[in-house]
Amino acid sequence: MTTAPLISVEGLHVTFPGRHGMPPARAVDGVDLQIRPGEIVALVGESGCGKTTLARSLLGLVPPTAGRVTFDGTPLDYSSRALKAYRKRVQLVLQDPSGSLNPRHTVYDAVAEGLRIHGHGGDERAAVTEALSRAGLRPPERFFLRYPHELSGGQRQRVVIAGAMVLEPELIVADEPVASLDASVRGEILALLLRLRAELGLSALVVTHDLGLAWNIADRVAVMYLGRIVETGDVEQVLTAPRHPYTQALLSVLPEAPGAPVVLSGEPPDPARIPGGCRFHARCQVLAGGEAEAAGVAEACRTRDLEVLDGAAGAQVACHWARAGVTA
Amino acid sequence: MTAETATTAAPRALARQRRRAAAARFWREYRTHRAGLFGLAALVLFALVALTAPLTVGSDVQSVTDAPGKPLESPSLQFPLGTDQFGRNLLGLVVWGSRVSLLVGLLAAVLSVAIGALIGVTAGHFRGWYATVIMRITDWFLVMPTLVLAIALATVMSRSLGTIILAIGVTTWPTTARLVRAQTLAVESRPYIERAKALGGGHWHIMSRHVVPNVMPLVLAQTTLIISTAILAEATLAFLGLGDPSIVSWGGLLQDAREAGAVSSGDWWYLVPPGIAIAIVALAFTLCGRAVESVLNPRLGVSR
Amino acid sequence: MSLLDVRNLEVTYPGGAAAVRGVDLSLAAGEKLGVAGESGCGKSTLALALLRLLPPGTRIGGEILLDGEDVLTMKWGRVRAVRWAGASIVFQGAMHSLNAVHRIGDQIAEPILLHRKATPAGARRKTGELLEHVGLPAARANAYPHELSGGQRQRVMIAMALACAPRLIVADEPTTALDVMIQAQILRLIERLVSDQDLGLIMISHDLAVLADTCDRLAVMYAGRVVEEGPARQVYDDARHPYGRALSEAFPRIGDPASRFAPRGLPGDPPDPAALSSGCAFHPRCPVVLDVCATEDQALREAGERRRAACVHVAPGSAVTEEEADVRSSTS
Repeated sequence: MTTAPLISVEGLHVTFPGRHGMPPARAVDGVDLQIRPGEIVALVGESGCGKTTLARSLLGLVPPTAGRVTFDGTPLDYSSRALKAYRKRVQLVLQDPSGSLNPRHTVYDAVAEGLRIHGHGGDERAAVTEALSRAGLRPPERFFLRYPHELSGGQRQRVVIAGAMVLEPELIVADEPVASLDASVRGEILALLLRLRAELGLSALVVTHDLGLAWNIADRVAVMYLGRIVETGDVEQVLTAPRHPYTQALLSVLPEAPGAPVVLSGEPPDPARIPGGCRFHARCQVLAGGEAEAAGVAEACRTRDLEVLDGAAGAQVACHWARAGVTA
Repeated sequence: MTAETATTAAPRALARQRRRAAAARFWREYRTHRAGLFGLAALVLFALVALTAPLTVGSDVQSVTDAPGKPLESPSLQFPLGTDQFGRNLLGLVVWGSRVSLLVGLLAAVLSVAIGALIGVTAGHFRGWYATVIMRITDWFLVMPTLVLAIALATVMSRSLGTIILAIGVTTWPTTARLVRAQTLAVESRPYIERAKALGGGHWHIMSRHVVPNVMPLVLAQTTLIISTAILAEATLAFLGLGDPSIVSWGGLLQDAREAGAVSSGDWWYLVPPGIAIAIVALAFTLCGRAVESVLNPRLGVSR
Repeated sequence: MSLLDVRNLEVTYPGGAAAVRGVDLSLAAGEKLGVAGESGCGKSTLALALLRLLPPGTRIGGEILLDGEDVLTMKWGRVRAVRWAGASIVFQGAMHSLNAVHRIGDQIAEPILLHRKATPAGARRKTGELLEHVGLPAARANAYPHELSGGQRQRVMIAMALACAPRLIVADEPTTALDVMIQAQILRLIERLVSDQDLGLIMISHDLAVLADTCDRLAVMYAGRVVEEGPARQVYDDARHPYGRALSEAFPRIGDPASRFAPRGLPGDPPDPAALSSGCAFHPRCPVVLDVCATEDQALREAGERRRAACVHVAPGSAVTEEEADVRSSTS
């Protein structure tokens, strides 16, 4: 039995016009994704893969060029009034906590901002107190009049989370939520997110380049490359037995990884110049190493693009070689 | 912290508390800038002089018919700065003229900065064709010779203080507009603006709660600098004979001095005091403005 | 004789913050030392101190012996000669350390011309060689920094650090802000260069996992002191100091069921060098704190073969007892 997804993305394309006569950049080039209530999905990939754009289109901050976002059964309406109501149900936590807070606003103002925008009817102070407390800043009153520069990185991120939680959203989109924080502080913030999921049934989409973070807190993981999801599935499965060569390469270069590291050469490619065929074939170690030839799929790798994965539960991979049933 | 005190203090009280603390902090930092303190002291002095003028010299110091002294007397004990061409006490005239000069300077600067800030913030926030059009208009005003335009306006309209204020205000706003727009663009690229949008904030919310408070330091510093420009502009216009002839102002005194031939006849007491007064006030505002800027600049103000 | 010998280094900034409070390190040629720690621990200060790059007014005590010569007491001319030709630094935030209005070829040639007094033609040739060494085509020397990607700029920084053939390279967070794959490329490059040219390498990072993989020895810093030191793999897998242990646990091992849905961190924040607590600086956050920790500061003591740790739980020469291990696992 599968529960209906809380949010689902169908056939999403986001294309940015090229600058100075360059071809347009297809940041998100066909993505289907679903997130169920209470589920934490990690979206991993390198810079330029489109994960940040995808995350922002879930929030309605970036309108799609094609495809749609459906929340709780209703497609997203991009009129300003509908978007404003939507924002009470889906919230954002950004990477850099010192940039995310207006340096001139106190902690109280920062957390109460959401309430004031939406015209909160009840006791504002009580709501702020509860949000700060839930985010681990206790006693909350001590933080009311502080400014962001007087807090540590971890405390600032808790303020940002409190500001998001005060609206009681159902889904949080977190873009690298702990990347700017010290290592010993990260665990606390991640534990906070897990606690919010356990206590409030919060769902989350965590965008990150850190696979270890996905192992720590995510249920499912989706690996993106050049605007498409190339592999998705349960974290236990994808991170211990990856099927797509790109996922295999990413995992192999981690410090603790068993086996020889596969260091891909070159830079992550440009979304304005997506290669034909499988978009990863130009850097693929399986193609370069001859295994794709041996499996008889080399021609397909070079010429045939793969279809969009449906992004629901279950392990899926967009790779000719993996589908040919050859195991690593 | 007991539960009772937690529920009694309202958000408004918190805001008041925060503002008081912020003001105290501002003053503590401002005190460390010696130049700013000098400027402030000079301004306070001039402000006191101007405000108490009706008590110390009285408005009849400008009366030509009841002039107490002989024309163009050199300084003496009775008239510390001598007399003007009509025999009026020059010291009294300088004191009385401070009211007009300071008033015009202040009002013209406020008008200029208000227009400039409004245009700067909206152009920086909305962008698109609106911003393009309005910035081209700004550029047009920027390249117009301020003085020529001010003269043209003053000539077309009636000769009064209001005209002067309007003329100065309408010709000096472009600098502020460009600065404010640049600052708005910088502020809007910060992640907290994206967070405000994600929280559901609309245009008005972002401009009023986020952009303006972060642009205010710049605007405040600009205001003090423009006041000195405005005072100089007023003096220039009055010197050129475009001011209200019935009102005494420092520029007007300079014009009278020139017409009375004070330059060639060596009556320095007619020329020098108003000139020095203008210079000191302009300098005082500039020093204050720079001190305010360095105190309020977020990057310099945050020690971490 | 070791390449670098730091003895009891103490650095206090003009404002009174004691960034480094007595650090001893040594490095032989061809050896790779990792220095791990978080913000405020003093590792970047340590890097800058090695070449006397700290701001004027900073009080520095102790000795920094580079090839036997004390950097701290060198005459100014000698310091300038040693900078870059004796030891060089790959700075943190390399993206912004490049001058945006100069071509990268000119920037790499700059130290060559300053030190070796080579002819411009010779410097150009050397620049081409250096670029090839770091995996960039020599023709890229005419590019401006903004035309390069983050990984490419980092390679340029490394080329610059090698320009005058130093004996020691200090890399301060060389791979932060880079993608995982580019990070792997850069680390591989650094390892190859260090072994090819028999250089000494000090790599500074907050990423303990990367250091454990790349370096021979590892030193963990906290609040201006080295709190644990030893062979890299051992310190990472089995740290004796509670902070080293906590830092190591903050980097989850993929595939390890113990870290699944169990993010490990420490309460509180890294300490402010200007306001350190009495006794052991780590005691406010320590999961196995004892009463004595609040009053007595801990010195480094022997914790195994070629290992040292500054913790009261480490009795000289003994392994961690069962009881202590229980205490740690139940409170963490």
